[in-house]
Amino acid sequence: MSAPATATIVPQGAPNRRNTELVLLVLAVLIPLFAYADTGLAMDDRVPAGMAEYGLGMGLFALLAHLAVRRFAPYADPLMLPIAALLNGLGLVFIWRLDKARQLAHNFPAAQNQLIWTGLGVALFIGVMALLKDHRLLQRYTYIAGLVALVLLAIPAFMPARASDFGAKIWIHLGGFSIQPGEFVKIVLPVFFAGYLMAKRDALALASRRFLGLYLPRGRDLGPIIAVWLLSLLILVFETDLGTSLLFFGAFVIMLYVATERTSWIVFGLLMAGLGFWAVSGAEAHVQSRITDWLHPLTAAPGGGGVGQIGQSLFALGAGGVLGTGLGQGHSWLIGFAAKSDFILGTIGEELGLAGLMALFLLYALLVERGLRTALAARDPFGKLLAVGLSGAFALQVFIVAGGVTGTIPLTGMTLPFMAQGGSSVITNWALVAILLKISDVARRPAPVPETAAEPTQVVGPS
Amino acid sequence: MNKPIRRVSVFCLVLVLALMIRVNYVQGVQASSLDKNTNNKRGLIEAYSYPRGQIIVGGKPVTKDIEVDGNTYKYKRGYTDGAVYAPVTGFSSQVYGSNLLENVENPILSGNDSRLFIRNTLDLITGKPKQGGDVVTTIDPKVQTAAYSAFTSAGKKGAAVALDPTTGAILGLVSVPSYDPSTIAGSDNQSAWTTLNADKSQPMLNRALRQTYPPGSTFKLVTSAAALENGVITDINAKTDSPDPYTLPQTTTPLPNEAGDNCLNVSMNDALRVSCNTVFAKIGDEIGNTKMAAEAAKFGFNSSSLTIPVGVTKSNYDTGINRPSNALSSVGQFDTRATPLQMAMVAAAIANNGTLMKPYLVAQERSANLDVIDTTKPTVLSQATTPQVAQEIQTMMVNVVQNGTGTPAQISGATVGGKTGTAQHGENNADNPYAWFVSYAKMGDKQVAVAVVVEDSNAQRDEISGSGLAAPIAKKMMEAALGK
Repeated sequence: MSAPATATIVPQGAPNRRNTELVLLVLAVLIPLFAYADTGLAMDDRVPAGMAEYGLGMGLFALLAHLAVRRFAPYADPLMLPIAALLNGLGLVFIWRLDKARQLAHNFPAAQNQLIWTGLGVALFIGVMALLKDHRLLQRYTYIAGLVALVLLAIPAFMPARASDFGAKIWIHLGGFSIQPGEFVKIVLPVFFAGYLMAKRDALALASRRFLGLYLPRGRDLGPIIAVWLLSLLILVFETDLGTSLLFFGAFVIMLYVATERTSWIVFGLLMAGLGFWAVSGAEAHVQSRITDWLHPLTAAPGGGGVGQIGQSLFALGAGGVLGTGLGQGHSWLIGFAAKSDFILGTIGEELGLAGLMALFLLYALLVERGLRTALAARDPFGKLLAVGLSGAFALQVFIVAGGVTGTIPLTGMTLPFMAQGGSSVITNWALVAILLKISDVARRPAPVPETAAEPTQVVGPS
Repeated sequence: MNKPIRRVSVFCLVLVLALMIRVNYVQGVQASSLDKNTNNKRGLIEAYSYPRGQIIVGGKPVTKDIEVDGNTYKYKRGYTDGAVYAPVTGFSSQVYGSNLLENVENPILSGNDSRLFIRNTLDLITGKPKQGGDVVTTIDPKVQTAAYSAFTSAGKKGAAVALDPTTGAILGLVSVPSYDPSTIAGSDNQSAWTTLNADKSQPMLNRALRQTYPPGSTFKLVTSAAALENGVITDINAKTDSPDPYTLPQTTTPLPNEAGDNCLNVSMNDALRVSCNTVFAKIGDEIGNTKMAAEAAKFGFNSSSLTIPVGVTKSNYDTGINRPSNALSSVGQFDTRATPLQMAMVAAAIANNGTLMKPYLVAQERSANLDVIDTTKPTVLSQATTPQVAQEIQTMMVNVVQNGTGTPAQISGATVGGKTGTAQHGENNADNPYAWFVSYAKMGDKQVAVAVVVEDSNAQRDEISGSGLAAPIAKKMMEAALGK
């Protein structure tokens, strides 16, 4: 008797991992809740009064987001939402902890607002889930997205400079609120890039000459990259915002590379970034002082002013050591200005130590890699490019701000995604995760069962 | 497009890896040096977050910890009779660091000494708040106050040191003008700090330990010891072959006597009594530079390693100098310089029959719950001279007080020996000289050795003599020490 020559494969609903997500979400809500209680016990010897509200609020946000995913993106990646919720929850705890640092000058309570912004962010997340039926719809708005990005980037340059903004012109002040349009651009610009590169990638990739093992693009194909390069330089010059400039140019080069599969674009990108940076840093005192601060973080200001913020941030990290001082028991308020936003990593490093920072970086790495995994799995080029762009921009942002605060690279003002105080940042990042989840939902969704398949598919194996 | 996406993934991981390597370096390798950085306030915040130990004088603390409602620091240092004890305690400031005992004894005062490790661990387990240990000084508050008020009531600048010759315990350590360390202890005392540092009279200078003066005629005690030990003089009452004025060897420069007394061929005993420069310069020349320097070293000169445990500035007797310079050095001029503590050590060694005890300021270190951690045992610093020589010099010093320049230091019922000094200084000796008095007193089983130096910028030149200005202060200190 011969071996069975045929096997039967019945299409089944692939596991959608929604229950995994739910379990992880419970942990993502509980961990910050314990951290919150711990901070209160350490600082006031009692469990914080807002414990129940905070726990219920975060639990509700997480539950609503989860239900939205279940309903509108059932096959989406199960890791991204819990990681985002965990980061956001921990961020709230640290902002609350710094609210309680009475030594911090001009310390306005920010945790309350941050919680409201988190709610808005989750609402936006649910909105994207429900309203964006398919991410490919975004492709229609390629050029509108380009225009919107341009406008958003340009607005702050026309706003009057404010002393309280410390050099960088990246805010729009409306009444009591301030909005950082650069944050929204982080989503809008990748949409434009993805749509644009979708259309032009063949021309950019194929029409080229070979020189020294590199494919040299034709002169006219250099147009787009030069345009983005000029735009980022203009941001740098008029808004003195090195971080945003670096972020957009970097994201564009990554997307260009992925779209064309040509290493030469990376070489060009690096050369142009270097050239632009060299040209601008020579002229901009703001940029130069950032570099000086980075090279000599422990040099004290004359007149007994102590070391600068990077120095204070390094002191905080050093004081944390391997295991940290414990929540609420550090002195990171010494960092001063922006301790809750750009420099929140200093507090985390001091109170949770090296162990906490390593875990935090792993969480960010995991989120980014899940985004890139989505790009790999996506079946349409637009989805691939958009996922790469969003994940890449997110990774660059984490690196730029964490690198600045830890003294790895010169400091440029940026928010640490999900953790730093700042409404624009929080809602943008929730929207970003929502779009990535939508792309992953499409990518992971099993192929629809053909209507005609009345009987199981016959697979004929070799006999 | 998947190949570049995989490469982008690797790139993103490299970024995260770079951050991880960096924080490992900062929090692992650099952490301890960052903690020690002087601009890092965390150390100070920790140090002032619990009560520091006290510095004890005569059974009572002269320091205190004041709870302040500061944002940064919980406590600040305070001082009782700060100006009197500042040369002993030093200061402990939230901004300007610390000095003297506050600095040297910081491990005990802060409670971080390794010898307190077990106690600290127990306290941690039992939940007791951290507290620093105490430092008990050897200072006798009566001697200290007597000296300080003698200076201030006379309106003089200067310094005084009193030692117990038999142990080396420092009974008094005064420097005038002084300052109250409380005024610079807080975090907002910049103006006080600036004023103190700009003050021309240098109130923060510890004259007793950190300032050297030309010892002038008081150095003749060391020269006498060298002369007797080396056989240059065998009988203190025998006539010497000393011209007056004495022409410095190898030169035509005459060395006169200030006093105008008869110094021609007088005995060494008489020469010390009326303070003849000519006799001692000639004796110093006959002893020679090498042996003079060796004698000075036995009394503690030329040593920069003395700690009590506070560091003491080196007193100087030149080595390798020519004969005329050595002759001048022998009478406490030229480059010979001494701290007031050094001259008190000279008197103490003579009073203690030639044995120089190591001076010390800290009698005991103890933990917050009064367990004694360490008690200082008196140790011999050196055998400065033989008992015979020491006793002969004692005879000469008593003669000075009985019949010579030191009569204002007489104390009824006590044996007092002393030596005055008037040291010239400045370009061509134009500045007002320093007045010295170096002495010892014995009564019953009590002994004390004292050195007093008075800097005087206001008095007339003639008035400045060790006898007129310094001896009365020394007398008050000796009386206080003897319990009179």
